[in-house]
Amino acid sequence: MARMISYEDKDTPIHKLSGFTKLVFFIVWCMASALTFDTRVLILMLVMGFAIYAVSGTKWNQVSTVFKAIMIFMVINLTCIFFFAPYQGCEIYGTRTEIAHLFGNYTLTKEQLFYEMNVFIKYFTVIPAVFIFLVTTNPSELAASLNGIGVPYSIAYSLEIALRYIPDVQDEFIRIRNAQEARGIEMSNKGKLLDRIKNTASIIFPLLFSSMERIEVVSNAMELRGFGKKPKRTWYSRRKLKAADFLVLAFIILFFAGTVALTIKNGSRFYNPFV
Amino acid sequence: MESDREPIIEFNNVSFKYRVQTEPTLKDINLRIYKGEKILIAGQSGSGKSTLAHCLNALIPCSYPGDMTGTITVDGKDPSKLGVFGMSQIVGTVLQDTDGQFIALTVAEDISFALENDCVPQDEIFNKIREVGGKLELLQVMRNSPGALSGGQKQRVSLGGVMVCDVKILLFDEPLANLDPATGKRTIALIDEIMKREDLTVVIIEHRLEDVLYRDVDRVILMDGGRIIADKTPDELLCTDLLPVNGIREPLYVAALKAAGAKLMPESHPMHMETLDIEPYRDTVKKWYHSMPAHEKPKTGETVLSVQNLNFSYDGSRQILKDVSFDIKKGEMVALVGKNGAGKSTLASLICGFHKPDSGTILLEGSDISPLSIKERGEKIGFCMQSPNQMISKPMIMEEVGLGLTVRGASPKEVYDKVCDILKICGLYPFRNWPVSALSFGQKKRVSIASILVMNPEILILDEPTAGQDYMHYTEIMEFLQEIRRKLPITIIMITHDMHLMLEYTDRTLVLTDGQLIKDATPYEVLTDSAVCDRAYLKTTSLYDLAVSCGIDDTGEFAARFIDFERSKGKEVSHG
Amino acid sequence: MKIGIKEVVAMGIGTALFVVLTNVQIPVFIVPNTALQPRMAILAFLAAAFGPIVGAVVGFLGHALGDAVFYGSVWWSWVIPEAVVGAAIGIFAKKFAVKEGGFANGMNLIIFNAVQIVANAVAWILCAPVLDIVIYKEPANKVFSQGAVAFVLNIIIIGILGTILLLAYSKIAGGSSELKAEE
Repeated sequence: MARMISYEDKDTPIHKLSGFTKLVFFIVWCMASALTFDTRVLILMLVMGFAIYAVSGTKWNQVSTVFKAIMIFMVINLTCIFFFAPYQGCEIYGTRTEIAHLFGNYTLTKEQLFYEMNVFIKYFTVIPAVFIFLVTTNPSELAASLNGIGVPYSIAYSLEIALRYIPDVQDEFIRIRNAQEARGIEMSNKGKLLDRIKNTASIIFPLLFSSMERIEVVSNAMELRGFGKKPKRTWYSRRKLKAADFLVLAFIILFFAGTVALTIKNGSRFYNPFV
Repeated sequence: MESDREPIIEFNNVSFKYRVQTEPTLKDINLRIYKGEKILIAGQSGSGKSTLAHCLNALIPCSYPGDMTGTITVDGKDPSKLGVFGMSQIVGTVLQDTDGQFIALTVAEDISFALENDCVPQDEIFNKIREVGGKLELLQVMRNSPGALSGGQKQRVSLGGVMVCDVKILLFDEPLANLDPATGKRTIALIDEIMKREDLTVVIIEHRLEDVLYRDVDRVILMDGGRIIADKTPDELLCTDLLPVNGIREPLYVAALKAAGAKLMPESHPMHMETLDIEPYRDTVKKWYHSMPAHEKPKTGETVLSVQNLNFSYDGSRQILKDVSFDIKKGEMVALVGKNGAGKSTLASLICGFHKPDSGTILLEGSDISPLSIKERGEKIGFCMQSPNQMISKPMIMEEVGLGLTVRGASPKEVYDKVCDILKICGLYPFRNWPVSALSFGQKKRVSIASILVMNPEILILDEPTAGQDYMHYTEIMEFLQEIRRKLPITIIMITHDMHLMLEYTDRTLVLTDGQLIKDATPYEVLTDSAVCDRAYLKTTSLYDLAVSCGIDDTGEFAARFIDFERSKGKEVSHG
Repeated sequence: MKIGIKEVVAMGIGTALFVVLTNVQIPVFIVPNTALQPRMAILAFLAAAFGPIVGAVVGFLGHALGDAVFYGSVWWSWVIPEAVVGAAIGIFAKKFAVKEGGFANGMNLIIFNAVQIVANAVAWILCAPVLDIVIYKEPANKVFSQGAVAFVLNIIIIGILGTILLLAYSKIAGGSSELKAEE
């Protein structure tokens, strides 16, 4: 099984922030990153991202496996963009500065390189945010924080249940897979596609069936302890906002407002160095 | 004598029929439970004991619809009017499945759950859970996740989760089902302590009678067929034969006393072995012991599986298995026991090839099996998970049992013939064209075992085959395995917590503790060795205490002769 | 629409299942990112059994969480379509009556597969590419091709595995009557 990124209990300024603050920061950050294509803003976000990463005390080995996986994805994606649309950059920036003819219809242009660099950075602005969010936010705070930003508590609590039962379901999945493999039902890459799907069904079905039983047991237990009877609920793990939280919240909101303002002022999401 | 006391729970002529069923599950129940009592409700599956319990917390009729007649009063209120939420403030229910009941990510959050739902302010929650956590000795583990807790700790968290509501009644639904014997004993002691300190009324539903009677119980309510058939003090009830007649296991020392021909009297306090006045029975027991034939050790065949110097760790630092070596003989039935986390499942995983040992060898009929894949080993060593639902993946019985052969490329004819043979051996042949859904739990368990036996393995490894089953189902499953052993040349290894199972059915017991094999002996020797039992979280059998108090020195031999006697009696009954 | 406790738990445990199965893939071609994803069948199953809200939440949370913990990034343009698939299949939950064992009839099979094909088309041929273009300004021909591949893969896995799971569950969980033991 691939390594999952998970929370680590530490004492850094980022860990001390409330989960609510980090959730809002994360969402607004993703929105800003989705909105802008301005190279200057993207680079600023990238630099900030890595600065926060450094402050959060996240160890490289906590995230390295996952990081490598993203790099592979990025290389494939950028190559695909080039093969599907070698002049996407020229269309966006309105000029065409050729660097070298490659083959057939494919010519490398400065505009294309610049565009793809922007896409690369854009994806990359999200990565440190995800890493930091997952590694520094106590999962117990997540549900309370979701409820805090206005998500109904029943849906917010489902996230708590998900995080609670991921290890149990994972463990059960591995045990069922082993037992079925001993019976000869493998999830290998050999054989006909239909057979492979059928074998997968033989392994997933018992897991699904026992998960349905688990849903039954857990809902009874929750009902017996009064879940869902009142329109609101309190949270043991909700943290009160402190001065630092307000500062961070103010910063991210201002930052987002600034990004929007810049986009409106430029009349475009793009920063164009070619004109 | 009870007339001057106020009942806290009162059933008057209560009957209940589930909407989906034609027959009522509860019939004309009349019951009074008084404040401060500890009541044990016993009965086999289908006796209505769980339905009765669900009436107390209002799951019936609020969550399971049906027709109810008669009146129920709990703490002066009508549960059906108060609803599940309202009743949760009066009756705290602790479920059998501690993993299902542990909903939140950490101990503190889980204990807070009911308070959060009741919108209690955070500061009050903090105070309350500190108080409850202190009472249950959980303060050290407040930030732990459920995965980092022992079975006993999880049970205490479940208890804490209902105690925060300041309930008046605690209702336990088979609290011992998933616990090792020593932890079960401690749980019973804890319940006793809490109820006395907090002035609570306790209702326990459990079929492991001997374990519950580790501490005083005021009354036992025995149920069968939806009716209460006995409502007596344990001392009175144990002197009758109502328990065995209604499919409930008597405490072993009581069964042994009766086997010896002793006429039990309530005045001698048979509720606990420790308080039993043995004087009137000592000579009878001694005489019976000497009149019984000596226990014959089963003949052993040649070695089929040999495990040599096995070492294993998941992460390279914490050793899960340390230098484990043992031999299994052909045709044996062996129990693998030890507390949770002792390495039992890991050992089974290594034998099946799910993990590779760090060092050591496993020989099957003399040859090293390390080069074999999981699938190849599966043809020689079958592995059966705890619940049949974790294995069954086809809707039809024929398909399910034949699956292992089909995926190995056997012809449809060959699959059909072999499946029919194995279904006949497993007593499932009459149902061969049924869907799995039509089978009872015990029959499903047979299907999951048949689907492994069809590949004709040398060895069958079973993970807790009887966990959570009552005596009737336990007997059904174990007698089935006995029958398989008579019909097929198979060797069986079982991971188990059940001491009765070990004593009654297995030839040999391997005891694991902290990754080491600390004892490899007959079950009689293991369960009468208190040093080993303490280390491995087992519990010496009460037969041992009985033998000691009767002045019989060879306690193991006494236990063995009693089990031999029980088995021969069982055979007479089934043949007669 | 009110969400009951069972639905809340189904969202939670369903999300856990979806995340755990993120790494279980059945490769079809050698080209990367073109594997069948059994987790899609789980999503379809849960939506069909518990309704549109459960389907949408499991799709959304499951995809976002799975992306985040295994790939360290969240591709929102593919998270949202996942929720669309769950919600759309869930609309017919009452009709399917999966938990009551009522799924196993020809009509439900047809409706389920028709719905899943339409839902996947909307999600992967419309929603995901449009979001990719809006957010990342990616070339249209690239994202529509990607979307088309995802569409085909998902209708295959839901069509086969999803249908198998639903049928098997209905047969195993549902009651049965009038069976006779044979000699």
